[in-house]
Amino acid sequence: MVDAANLLEEARQGNRRSLAKLLTYLEEGGKSPLEYGRGKSLGITGPPGVGKSSLIGKLIDEWLNLGETVAVLAVDPSSPISGGALLGDRMRMVNADSSDSVFVRSLATRNHPGGLMNCLTPMIEVLSECGWENIVIETVGSGQSETRVVAFADIVVLVDGPDRGDIIQAEKSGIIEMADLIVINKSDLKNAQKAADSIRSALSFNEESPKVFLSSAHTGEGIKEIINELKILQSPLIRNRMRVRERLISAWDSVLLESESLEILISEIEDGKISISEAIEMIRNHNKTSKS
Amino acid sequence: MRIVIAKPGLDGHDRGAKVIARALRDGGNEVIYTGLRRTPEEIVRIVNDEDADALGLSTLSGAHDVLIPKVSTLLRQEGLNHVVVFAGGIIPMDDREDLYNKGIRAIFGPGSTTSEILDFLEVVVERKVRNKPVGIGEESGWCWDG
Ligand code: B12
Ligand SMILES: Nc1nc2c(ncn2[C@@H]2O[C@H](COP(=O)(O)OP(=O)(O)O)[C@@H](O)[C@H]2O)c(=O)[nH]1
Ligand SMILES: [Mg+2]
Repeated sequence: MVDAANLLEEARQGNRRSLAKLLTYLEEGGKSPLEYGRGKSLGITGPPGVGKSSLIGKLIDEWLNLGETVAVLAVDPSSPISGGALLGDRMRMVNADSSDSVFVRSLATRNHPGGLMNCLTPMIEVLSECGWENIVIETVGSGQSETRVVAFADIVVLVDGPDRGDIIQAEKSGIIEMADLIVINKSDLKNAQKAADSIRSALSFNEESPKVFLSSAHTGEGIKEIINELKILQSPLIRNRMRVRERLISAWDSVLLESESLEILISEIEDGKISISEAIEMIRNHNKTSKS
Repeated sequence: MRIVIAKPGLDGHDRGAKVIARALRDGGNEVIYTGLRRTPEEIVRIVNDEDADALGLSTLSGAHDVLIPKVSTLLRQEGLNHVVVFAGGIIPMDDREDLYNKGIRAIFGPGSTTSEILDFLEVVVERKVRNKPVGIGEESGWCWDG
């Protein structure tokens, strides 16, 4: 039996072993030792290979310079076939492994129904409770389930590369509407400026549309500016609402996908015994009865 | 299992480590790859923070006789006795006995196949389930002999 409250107490006092164990416990579905509460996080998303992990590595260096602490939850997809995952984000965060002020944890998505990673919110709360000042979630932004992962962050940064192809992908996944800040990384390569210009002109110009920054994780260009912007950035209510909406929908989906009667209903629809609207009615009634 | 694959020291040969990382992933494991040039201290911290069940060390540079025992000592000091440690790369037969004595449970040289390595991990899981010693700090003298 895991004593979560005890682990939390030890983790609060700076015990990394206990913190690591507590995160595993939460990842495996354990109940959070904290009441639902505070814990602000920064979500960094974008297509694979644009330099999210490298950029986080540079942000870590800058936060360390400022005397701040950083915890990173780096999420990568699990293979739907083998269930395994290759978690290679931390190798790009060069100075993450030697400082007491940095904690990096790699997480696989583990193919939860509906793409919901219920563990993220309690993990963020625990990290915050243990005094980690900057809490970053890295997630691949392509496809619906990843959009859902980043909806659990309070501020969303969309990272893109200098190639137009990546940007189109980001537009498709709907993730662009969630961004509070857009960063075109690899500014040391040609076309980065052009990409930034084209994305600026694609965004409708009102006060709420996100600013577009250029950065290079190789030369360090633009990193200080991003840190400064993050200090003052606030997500407008409309985007916050969109994220809450996304969280609710993904929680709903996961309840549906985990419901015992789902398979039975599907075959009954298949056999023509009931209609889709009848099935929905049955799920609703079932939820009502199981609550009382 | 959660497995850290690490390259200790200044060794720049990373092909083998990457091949192994992918093979273990395809075998259903969550594999954390550290990248090149990690110190024993960094490797132990990664194993701790990632709460890994196992650590695979890849060395082809000839420094295995110093670096691997160092990792072994640090893991024990940090109380990570349950972590299963195995290794691969260029490690001469004459050096292996000493590493096994330090708690390394398997060594895979050039030409090792993926299925051999997955077989080893299967035995590791079996031993864990049966509470038989298999971690770095759980003395027993057991090692994998293929
Ligand atoms: C390719 C290669 C290179 C490439 C590396 C490219 C890269 N990014 O990896 C380059 C050209 C850069 C290179 C450079 C050097 N190399 Co070189 N290189 C080789 C060579 C020919 C093949 C290695 C390889 O990639 N094999 C393919 C992979 C898939 O096999 P593998 O790594 O052995 O992995 C297998 C197993 O060992 C095992 N395994 C490996 N790691 C792990 C980890 C775990 C956890 C597990 C379970 C299993 C496992 O599983 C894998 C699959 O079977 C070997 C000779 C050889 N035949 O091994 C020399 C060799 C390793 N190099 C050697 C040397 C000396 C060097 C140099 C110092 C200079 C030189 N003389 O060439 C530099 C140093 C570079 C550095 N910074 O460290 C020597 C090392 C001597 C020693 N240890 O005593 C070797 C043995 C050649 C020799 N006979 O002299 N090298
Ligand atoms: N030229 C250039 N390459 C970069 C930059 N940032 C990252 N890269 C490279 O892009 C590749 C993917 O980087 P990574 O951080 O893993 O991307 P992620 O998949 O978005 O996390 C690596 O080879 C990096 O070295 C940059 O600013 N400029
Ligand atoms: Mg990454």
